[in-house]
Amino acid sequence: MSTESPLLSVRDLQTSFPMRSPVLRRTVGQIQAVAGVSFDIPAGGTLGLVGESGSGKSTVARTIIGLEKARSGSIVFDGDELTSLPKASMRRVRRQLQMIFQDPYASLNPRATVEQIIAEAWQIHPDVVPRNQHRAEVRDLLERVGLNPDHAERYPHQFSGGQRQRIGIARALALRPKLVICDEAVSALDVSVQAQVLNLLDDLRCDLGLAYLFIAHDLSVVRHISDRVAVMYLGRIVETASQDELFTRPLHPYTQALLSAVPDPKPWDKPAREQIIIGGDVPSPADPPSGCGFRTRCWKAEETCAHDVPELTTRLELHPAACHFATELAGAAR
Amino acid sequence: MVLLSVRDLRVEFATSGGVVTAVDGASFDVGSGETVALLGESGSGKSVTAQAVMGIVPKPAGRVCGGSISYDGRDLLAPGVAKGLRGREIAMVFQDPLSSLNPVFRVGAQIGEMFRRHRGASRREARAAALDLMKRVGIPAASKRLDDYPHQFSGGMRQRVMIAMALALSPRLLIADEPTTALDVTVQAQIMDLLTRLQAEEGMSLVLITHDLGVVAGVADRVILMYAGRVVETGSLREVYEHSGHPYTSGLMASVPAVDGPRDRLVPIQGSPPDLLSLPSGCSFRPRCQYADEQCAEVEPVLRQLPDRPSTHQAACHHPEGVLTDVH
Ligand SMILES: Nc1ncnc2c1ncn2[C@@H]1O[C@H](COP(=O)(O)OP(=O)(O)O)[C@@H](O)[C@H]1O
Ligand SMILES: Nc1ncnc2c1ncn2[C@@H]1O[C@H](COP(=O)(O)OP(=O)(O)O)[C@@H](O)[C@H]1O
Ligand code: SF4
Ligand code: SF4
Ligand SMILES: [Mg+2]
Ligand SMILES: [Mg+2]
Repeated sequence: MSTESPLLSVRDLQTSFPMRSPVLRRTVGQIQAVAGVSFDIPAGGTLGLVGESGSGKSTVARTIIGLEKARSGSIVFDGDELTSLPKASMRRVRRQLQMIFQDPYASLNPRATVEQIIAEAWQIHPDVVPRNQHRAEVRDLLERVGLNPDHAERYPHQFSGGQRQRIGIARALALRPKLVICDEAVSALDVSVQAQVLNLLDDLRCDLGLAYLFIAHDLSVVRHISDRVAVMYLGRIVETASQDELFTRPLHPYTQALLSAVPDPKPWDKPAREQIIIGGDVPSPADPPSGCGFRTRCWKAEETCAHDVPELTTRLELHPAACHFATELAGAAR
Repeated sequence: MVLLSVRDLRVEFATSGGVVTAVDGASFDVGSGETVALLGESGSGKSVTAQAVMGIVPKPAGRVCGGSISYDGRDLLAPGVAKGLRGREIAMVFQDPLSSLNPVFRVGAQIGEMFRRHRGASRREARAAALDLMKRVGIPAASKRLDDYPHQFSGGMRQRVMIAMALALSPRLLIADEPTTALDVTVQAQIMDLLTRLQAEEGMSLVLITHDLGVVAGVADRVILMYAGRVVETGSLREVYEHSGHPYTSGLMASVPAVDGPRDRLVPIQGSPPDLLSLPSGCSFRPRCQYADEQCAEVEPVLRQLPDRPSTHQAACHHPEGVLTDVH
């Protein structure tokens, strides 16, 4: 492991939302959307964050960029502790920390031209690109993301879905960030276009040394782009490992079930995979199960799982998992 | 035996930008007891094809303006025929169950209504039949859930309710339009498992509509691939996936990241999805195709058998040799 400190270091992050009763019209409890999450992303590295909808992935992202307030824990980005940073300094930090969203259309101002959309950030950060170079820099950025620079005067509705996502990427790159958070950034795209955007993200990482927090529910996509992968369930990370290790040797029963459920377009090429079909749905974070959050769907659950919350502990090198029986699982995997 | 036969189907929509041909001369068959996947990216005409079969193309914007659809020898495009078969012989499940369920009626009553309306069942009989169905589609504690409202169900459970309603009158053809697209992958696996099990039990024909090549891989016998309203390739699933003859099909296959094996760089299809309002002359795929030549600009390719492949494997391309030798 490198001794350099990571670009982003998240520790014991908790974010909760007030739960309001529609009848009583007051707060009746807390929804623990993020219930103690820790991870690191080195400069130039890509961490994939997977998990089913409602597991808290977006809330992690939104808390990091300051759209939600952390209830506790720490977020250190490039040496700054973000949870206690004054607003004025946050602006400086946000320059280095950008986000790309799932729905490019909703996040682009329909009445602004592509040039205005991309150059907007330079109004707030005039030091990044001087005014007289805006036009040239916009053209450069458009070219870099694979759009025609001559289309800078066009409006978002004049572009296809995939092209709009490229505009979103160009906008995120405008401030020359070190870390880009992609929250389901390719999920809404058709596969032919999704592949183009994935290759673009790959190239940008190589050329600009970008780091990504890559959030997606599609495991094949996450496998393709990530160095390390973290699996979330009900607000917690239940397993993390290198991409290769996680996909060939999943330790946590939930990860095993997720992998088993990934559709494979050429199943006949491989030895028959064990089909694990877990029942039921993800429980509501407003009323999580006692003990292990996964126990209501886990085929390995035992008595103790209902009482004790399994810690994320490292039994295989660099491959922590949060399951009481991960030792046995690790043994079996060896 | 062929149960459903679609020939040269054309469906047009009047839009503010002009008339679009959403389905443009599509032909295919579905055999009885067969599972067929209707594949293609968004806007390729999959849902509209299903709407035409069900007789529910939205009017007045849309209209079937050519071709024929026959079901078990009956002309589905003749007035009233599709309506008479809908629900009884041919049933459909949609991507978003919430919008097809009535929010103000209890789920058990909505399922039971099928039996009351079509089978003249009493309230009690209908309730018992609804309970039976809910159990069959795997809704836990079904007897307790009969009186719940749709919003009290999770997405996966709602889809089970929709499947229960679709199966109520034992249809011989079930069309499922992106039935798992809105669901998480573990729930998707449950629903696919359920659909295949029911298909086998009922011996019905199943048309699975999806944009996801992987979802249908272990499930469908045959695939029909659409692009810009046309069928561009068809054949047995494994044959088409392993020996794609159309550049679009092989491009799609190369665009999907693998779940295992080496992490090769993806080879995407160039360019943007087609704009139905301004399609190129000749082959619609031409602007994105590396094999395109003058013939492709002049002559619209029709489905034909691929060289040295089984006769059931057909592609609408002038130069399938390119893909067949480059990729395979
Ligand atoms: N603004 C909010 N108010 C209340 N609950 C929220 C809010 N945002 C998210 N949640 C809840 O927090 C949980 C995690 O949501 P989210 O982070 O969006 O998950 P994911 O991105 O993994 O799908 C969900 O149960 C969601 O309903
Ligand atoms: N209600 C409608 N009004 C106007 N145009 C429509 C309508 N429904 C579909 N279309 C047109 O038909 C094309 C094919 O649509 P559809 O069959 O829904 O595609 P998909 O393959 O994604 O299911 C769309 O691109 C659209 O142009
Ligand atoms: S701790 Fe128990 S319930 Fe949780 S994943 Fe492990 S075996 Fe399953
Ligand atoms: S007909 Fe021509 S343009 Fe169309 S797919 Fe075949 S080679 Fe490409
Ligand atoms: Mg999210
Ligand atoms: Mg559709």
